[in-house]
Parts: sequence; structure tokens; C-alpha cells
Amino acid sequence: MEVPDVIKTIPLNWYIYFSTLLFCIGVVGVLIRRNALIVLMCVELMLNAVNLLFTSFSAYRSDPQGQIFVFFIMVVAAAEVSVGLAIIVMLYRNLKSVDVGILNKLKW
Amino acid sequence: MNISTSVLLIPLLPLLGFIINGLGFRKISKGLASIVGTATVLGSFLLSIYTFNYFLSNNSQPITVTAFNWLAVGDFHISFSFLIDQLSLLMLLVVTGVGTLIHLYSSGYMHHDEGFGKFFAFLNLFIFSMLLLVMGSNYVIMFFGWEGVGLCSYLLIGFWNKNKSYGNAARKAFVMNRIGDLGFLLGIFLIIAHFGSVEYSEIFGRAASVDTATLTMITAFLFVGAMGKSAQIPLYTWLPDAMAGPTPVSALIHAATMVTAGIYMVIRSNVLYTLAPATLEWVGIIGLATALLAASIGIFQNDIKKVLAYSTVSQLGYMFMGLGVMAYSASMFHVITHAFFKALLFLGAGSVIHAMSDEQDIRHMGGLSKSLRITWITFLLGTIAITAVLPLSGFFSKDEILMNVYMHSPLMWGLGVLGAAMTSFYMFRMFFLTFHGTFRGTDYQREHLHESPISMTLPLMILAVLSVIGGFINFPEIFGGQAWLANFMEPLFANAKQASPEAFHHAHLSHSEEFMLMGVSVGVAILSLIIAYVMYISRNTVPAEEGTPIPIVQKVIYNKYYVDEIYDMLFIKPISALSYFFYQVFEFFVIDLLVNGIGKLVKQLSNLTRRFQTGTTGFYVFAMVIGIVVILLVNFWGFLFR
Repeated sequence: MEVPDVIKTIPLNWYIYFSTLLFCIGVVGVLIRRNALIVLMCVELMLNAVNLLFTSFSAYRSDPQGQIFVFFIMVVAAAEVSVGLAIIVMLYRNLKSVDVGILNKLKW
Repeated sequence: MNISTSVLLIPLLPLLGFIINGLGFRKISKGLASIVGTATVLGSFLLSIYTFNYFLSNNSQPITVTAFNWLAVGDFHISFSFLIDQLSLLMLLVVTGVGTLIHLYSSGYMHHDEGFGKFFAFLNLFIFSMLLLVMGSNYVIMFFGWEGVGLCSYLLIGFWNKNKSYGNAARKAFVMNRIGDLGFLLGIFLIIAHFGSVEYSEIFGRAASVDTATLTMITAFLFVGAMGKSAQIPLYTWLPDAMAGPTPVSALIHAATMVTAGIYMVIRSNVLYTLAPATLEWVGIIGLATALLAASIGIFQNDIKKVLAYSTVSQLGYMFMGLGVMAYSASMFHVITHAFFKALLFLGAGSVIHAMSDEQDIRHMGGLSKSLRITWITFLLGTIAITAVLPLSGFFSKDEILMNVYMHSPLMWGLGVLGAAMTSFYMFRMFFLTFHGTFRGTDYQREHLHESPISMTLPLMILAVLSVIGGFINFPEIFGGQAWLANFMEPLFANAKQASPEAFHHAHLSHSEEFMLMGVSVGVAILSLIIAYVMYISRNTVPAEEGTPIPIVQKVIYNKYYVDEIYDMLFIKPISALSYFFYQVFEFFVIDLLVNGIGKLVKQLSNLTRRFQTGTTGFYVFAMVIGIVVILLVNFWGFLFR
């Protein structure tokens, strides 16, 4: 299967390094930030890093399956974010804070 | 009445009595309890007579009544069914007949006891179990009853359970019987393995096709069961201890029920035993040894019930001796006559104990013949019957056994006669010490001497009559009799005769030889009687009180050859030492340290992991990421560290 030259202008490895970097930034953000909104955004970042990998692999293989997956991921992420935001809103109403450090209610 | 209804009702009635008395013994009055208890057994007795008549009028064909199919495992069936044939009918009549009298007697003897209703409930259960034992048409039902009488003996021997030593006696009986029962069970298992059935009819029909070694093993195991139940060496020591129970219980256990179970079982399995001569030889030897040992112990016992207990053990020895020489019907004959006179003697002893305000030591009795006329006369008849003086029942049955033994081996006969001499001696010793000479009790006892109420003396009189005439059911041909019992029981041995005709073919004694044998046994019995008379009436000897020095031989015998002590040393001490070891070492190191240690370890570990549940979202996410990293590392292990 032939890969178009336009795509070949940027090597695949670069995509991989880039998405790995993005993913790690997302992970670190989730781990160290205390604001629940930012944590959610970092999760999005991680998802997008994965999406980038999917698209680049799919382009290099000339196989549309990966791009279809990206759509699924985006749909699920959107749904998840709406639910997550709703939860955060409710938390804020009750606790007047979105600090994940004090959100230890999972214990009960 | 329909015959199968009647057969089913025979065991059902005592069970009903047990349920009524057992459930309601706190509410039912004493009068009602004794009426229910006695009437149900009497009902069984009447039904047994009815069944007996039916059996005779129907050409003596065995009747099988199936209540229901009990167990079915694949092709293997055990039905809850009853077999009515010559043997079970005889046993039924004896058990229910003597049982009724003992129930009647108990209503008088136990009248002051607070557990009156409970006592009758147990007695009824005992009768029920015994009826199952003798009526069952297969070994499993027999075992059912076998265990049932074991349980009831435990309950009844330990009836006065506030006294610890009585409880111990009950436990001893129970444990010793368990040892025998293990043998019996193994025998049944072997039967199942080799015959694929437990039904008598099937087993006995096919017995001849099984090899002798297997049959020897089966019969030996079964005989171990009989040793336990019928108190033979080495499992006899529980029987004298069983005297702890109320006297009617002793009479019931000794005369009509439990201890004859072993004899019944051997007679029932006569085909198997006939085909296993090696076992038979052992049966005879053990019977003889038991007869002699128990008789010699009986000579020096001073407890009126203990003397009778050893006499039972000894008489059972005679029965096994008879079985050992294949005189099956003679042994059955002795079972029946023994049931009469032993029940009579025990109940008489109970009457004496009752009159003497619970005194059982014959050294403190004497001269009771004046105040206890009925007891005295009936007891005398019982004593004569057991010592086998012509023409009371014991004479015929014991002589028949001895005659068969003589044909087998004159040496065994000689020892048997020696046992008979001892029997006669200790029985008359007890009789003279109890009823003659001077009164040796306390003044209080002297004032309270009284003949027992009619409910107690009536059974005594009936049993005395039976003891006198009982021998005539098998009146021997030598006196112009018909040997009715032997002829009646003849069909029982058809299988055995077919399988091994030569075993039944022994030489007949001439009349002069028979008379000679009878003469010898009567002679020694009378000689012993005279010796006892001289010692205890003319010279007025009274056995030494506890604690006074006695000759060493007498001391050994008085202490029952220290058999209990030997058993204690051989079995009980090592076992308790072992259990002590387990308690101290095994319990501590294995149970406490190991098992509890594992429990503690798990608790500690979970204490640690418990801390991970902080409830903080951030920490959970962190743990998740760490987890993902670990999984990735594991997956890429080969890739990274090649």
C-alpha cells in the first residue's frame, strides 16, 4: 500500500515523540494539579495524544480504521466531560471548592 | 386382622408408647404413663401371638412384609421390611412377653422415681429397637435395631444420671458396644461387597457359592459385633457395670433383649457360620472361656446384682459354646429359658432391694425368707432353674448344649460342667446368704421389711411358672418328648444343610450316654449346692467385709482378675496420654501458633492495605497511573531488558 509523499514529509517517529510528550504532560497535569477543571482538561490532553497517534498511524498505513476510532473517542470524551462537569458543578455547590485535595468523599 | 397390618403394628405400638411418654412425660400422670407403656408392649405381645397362630395355620411359610423402600443406590436396594419366620417369632414372643412383665414390674418398682414417665419412654424405645432387630428382613434393619438397643441401654443404665459413676457405667457400655459394632458394620460391608445385597433370603441362598476365606472373614467380623452386644471376652466388662441402671433395666437388658442379640444374629446367619468352621471354632472357645471366667468371678461377688450379671455373662458363654458346635436350636432354647429365669432372678433381686431400702450387698441381708414369702419362693425356683437341676427349664436347655458340646469335644464338655458346678455354687451362695441365716441389716431395714406390691409380685409369679415349665417346649426325646422347639426351628437350617450336609451329620449318642451326661451335670450341681449349704447355712459363714485381708487367689478373683485395670492400663492410659499430648503440643503449636498465626498475619496485612483507601481522588489516579506504568513495564520487559 502506498503512502502519499505529503505525509512522508514528517517522519512517523516525530508523531510518536510528540504524542508521548503530550500524554506525559497530561498525566503529570492530572497528578499534580489540584483544580478539578484543570485535571479534566489534562485528561482531554491525554485523550488527544492518543487520538494523534491513531490518526498518524492510520495515515501511514492508509487504513481508515484508526480515524474511525478517533471519532468514537471524541464522542465518548464529550459525553464524559459533560458528566464530569456536572459532577464538578455539584461539588462546587456543596463544598464551595473544586480542589481535588479535599475531595476525599470516595472513602464513604 | 390383615396379617401385614398386624406385623407392622408389632414394632409400631411400642414406638407409639415411646412418643406419647417421651413427649408428654412432664404432663402425663404416673398411672397413665405406666398404662400406656405397658399396654403398648402387651399389645405387641398379643399381636405376636396372633401372628404366630397365623404362621402355624399357614404351613409355617415365612412372611415378608415390606413397609417401604428405604434406600436405593443404583442397583442396590435396601427395603424397610420385616421377615416373620420361626426365629423371629420366637424372639418376638420372648421379647414382648418378658418385656410386658418387666413393664408391669417397673410400674411398681419405679413408683417413687421422679423420672417415671421418662423411664417408660426409654423402656418402650428399647422394646421397639429390639423388635426391629429381630424382625428386620436384612442386615441393615438388624443393625438399625442393634444400634437402637445400644442407645437405649446407654439411656437406661445412666438413667439416674445425677450419680457420676452411673453415667460412667453407661458410657462404658456405649463405648464397648461401639467397638463391637465396628466389627458388625465391617461384616455388613463385606456382605454388601460380596453379595451385593443385604437381604437374608438372597445372601443365604447364595452363601455356598462364596469361598470359605471370605465367609470366615465376614462371620468373624459379625462375631466381633456379637461379642460386644452379648458381652463375650474381651468385651464383657460393661455388662456387670450396667447394674448401675434401675433393676428392671438390668432384667430387660440381661434377659430378653440386648444381650441375646448376638446369639440371635449368629443363629440368623447360621448358613454363613456353618460354612466357616474356623470361626465356629473360635465362637465355641470364646464362649467356653467366657462361661468359665464369668462363673469364677461370680463366686466371690457380694453385690446381689453383680452376681446375677456375671451369671448372665457366663450363661451367654454357654449359648455361644452351643453355637460353636452348631447346636443352634439348643442355644435358642437356652436363650428362651434364660430369658424366663434370668428375668425372674433380676426382678426378684429388685424385689429384695426394694424391701431392703436399696441395699444391694448380700452380706447385709439374710433371713429374708420369712418376710418376703413370694419373692423367696419364686427366687428359689429361678435359682434351681439356672443351676440346671431336673426338671426345671434351665436343666433341659443347658444339658442339650452340653450334650452337643460333648459330641464335639469331651474336653470342652468337662470344662462346661466345671462352669455349671460354679454356677450352682454361686447361685446358691447368693440365695442362702440372702434368704436364710440371720438378718444382718440395720434396725431401720428390719422394721421396713415388706413384700412388694402386687404389680411386682405378679410378674415374679408368672415368670416363676414359665421358668418351671419353660423346659418342656423342647422336652427331649429321651424322656418321651417331641423336641418341639428343635423341630419347629428345623426349616431355619435348610440352607445350611443344603450347603454343607456333612456338617450336620454327627453321631447320635446312645440313651445310656445321654443319661450319663445328665447324671454328671445334675450330680455336680447338687454337689455344689451341698457345699454352698454347708458353708453358708450349717457353718453360717459370711463373706468378709471390705478391707479385711483375704487370700491372694480369692482377692484376684474378687477383683474380677483385674481385667478392668488391665484394660485401663492397655487402652485407656495410652489413649489419654496421647490425647494429653495432642492437647498440650498439637493444640498449642499447630492450632494456636499456626492457624491463629495465619489469621493474625492476614489481619496485619489488611491493616496495612487499609491505609490505601484514603478517599482522595488524586491518590487514586496516582495509583492508577503507577499501575499502568507497571503493566507497561511488564509488557515491555523483554523489549527493554533484552
